[in-house]
Amino acid sequence: MSEPIIQLKKVNKWYGQFHVLKDLDLDVAPSERIVICGPSGSGKSTMIRCINRLEEHQEGQIIVDGTELTNDLRQIEAIRRDVGMVFQHFNLFPHMTVLENLTLGPVWVLKRPRAEAEATAMKYLERVRIPDQAQKYPGQLSGGQQQRVAIARSLCMNPKIMLFDEPTSALDPEMVKEVLDVMVELAEETGMTMLCVTHEMGFARQVANRVIFMDHGEIIEQNTPDVFFDHPRNERTRLFLSQILH
Amino acid sequence: MAQPLPDRLPPRSSAGPMGWLRTQLFSSPLNAVLSLLTIWVLLLAIPALVDYLFVRPDFAATTPEQCRETGGYCWAFVREKHRLILFGVYPYDEQWRPLLASAILVGVIVCSCMRRFWRPSLALLWGVGLAAVGVLMWGGLFGLAYVENAKWGGLPLTLILSTFGIAFAFPFGVVLALGRRSHMPGVKAVCVIYIELIRGVPLVSLLFMSSVMLPLFLPEGFSIDKLLRAQIAIILFAAAYVAETVRGGLQAIPRGQYEGADSIGLSYWQQMRKIIMPQALKIVIPPLVGIFISLFKDTSLVVIIGLFDLTMAAKAAVSDAVWRGFSTESYLFIAVIYFVFCFSISRYSLALERQLDQGHHR
Repeated sequence: MSEPIIQLKKVNKWYGQFHVLKDLDLDVAPSERIVICGPSGSGKSTMIRCINRLEEHQEGQIIVDGTELTNDLRQIEAIRRDVGMVFQHFNLFPHMTVLENLTLGPVWVLKRPRAEAEATAMKYLERVRIPDQAQKYPGQLSGGQQQRVAIARSLCMNPKIMLFDEPTSALDPEMVKEVLDVMVELAEETGMTMLCVTHEMGFARQVANRVIFMDHGEIIEQNTPDVFFDHPRNERTRLFLSQILH
Repeated sequence: MAQPLPDRLPPRSSAGPMGWLRTQLFSSPLNAVLSLLTIWVLLLAIPALVDYLFVRPDFAATTPEQCRETGGYCWAFVREKHRLILFGVYPYDEQWRPLLASAILVGVIVCSCMRRFWRPSLALLWGVGLAAVGVLMWGGLFGLAYVENAKWGGLPLTLILSTFGIAFAFPFGVVLALGRRSHMPGVKAVCVIYIELIRGVPLVSLLFMSSVMLPLFLPEGFSIDKLLRAQIAIILFAAAYVAETVRGGLQAIPRGQYEGADSIGLSYWQQMRKIIMPQALKIVIPPLVGIFISLFKDTSLVVIIGLFDLTMAAKAAVSDAVWRGFSTESYLFIAVIYFVFCFSISRYSLALERQLDQGHHR
């Protein structure tokens, strides 16, 4: 295995008195695609949100692409440039058109010329199959379209790592597939490092190299999808899988 | 296979003037009573007002005596005194200068209100406009006689006080609002103390302090112009209210917006400028405009420190021994001026809200 692109070493985090991440260790290889699942409150979202410092860990080390996350604002901004994130509730900017949403980061953070940023944005809008919505506002799009815009917005920053925080759980059922299709395509065509918190087990089987099961702030079990789903070793994993795969 | 039902038009029972009357004015017994009451009040007020303003007055009257005979609105008073009210004690022969200055100021403000002028060159327009206003008001250049600002008065003074009041209180208030939400305890404490202190005292007392107390603390022989002191007091006062209003808008922005902005690596100031403020300010347009309107009217409080603004000028016009007893005329005249400005601001804010709303919602 090559040098890991993300390393978590004995990471601990508390929300007040609540110990949400307990001595987490995780190495992610470049181009690895990891699906993280677990019951709600298990700390899975918190873990990936620590990777781009949307949450602050209190103990341990997080090293992303050779840079350790500390309080240094410049390092945080540098890491955020390399790490894209897709949220459960899209978090698009409602006062800007789709195209403006997509070019904001490239123009202001990466200092790209506007024309170049727009060309890149259109390229990614085509990749997520909604180039005709470029001039609309997010509020005029369906949930599935908004989430695809959000994916395109992250891609426009040309990140090395993509984090997905339950990208399909806020969507109407008939829109889940269009978003998953885009994510599968992204995984298969770009070889980008992906960490995805999701309960879409079909997606996990199709694209993940590794599935991680978390409970109570710990990684309980991790394995390749086939082994993970067909021969779970831990009792808690079995219980969880029996609850979501009915 | 079953066809979907065709779309139909809505029923027409609610259409037409009768339908409008039924649904809008007499939809319930209470509404009917309120409607009738309103109509009755309007029937009392409007004819009386028309009678007072246009029927009874003798438009040819030129002296106070002729006016008193008719008992209606004394237009002769307005003819006689409007220049005093509009321009105060500014030298009579030079009064085209404040007139032009007011027109320039209003023109620049109107341009600033239009979206197609919202680009960097607007700052240039303001620079040129303010320079022109300054030259016109002070003079001393281009053969214009020098007029010290103690002689400025009336409408231009009111406009200047409120324009600069809004122009400086707004950014200052935004910074205070951000400071109050800062994670740095020192910054936060300073902003909280400032806002609460200022909001805890009336504007009148601030004006008094700036005109009476402040000079006591200044070194001997060093003085700040009275107009400037009043201006600063107004700015400091309005900024505290702007800050609290803007803070309300900031609190309404969901956390996801900050996280979305964080995730693409925007810095704090970029986030504020591009993501948070545009949305927060849009939410608070109505209360913010409310603050601006009251600031415009509150400039009349400078009367108490002896500045000759529109209200003071109206008072002065009435104190003329010959034209004594026409205070209704005088105050009605400036009321109309205040109203025109405030109403325009209010209508503009409505239009702006509608414009900014386009496309944002389904």
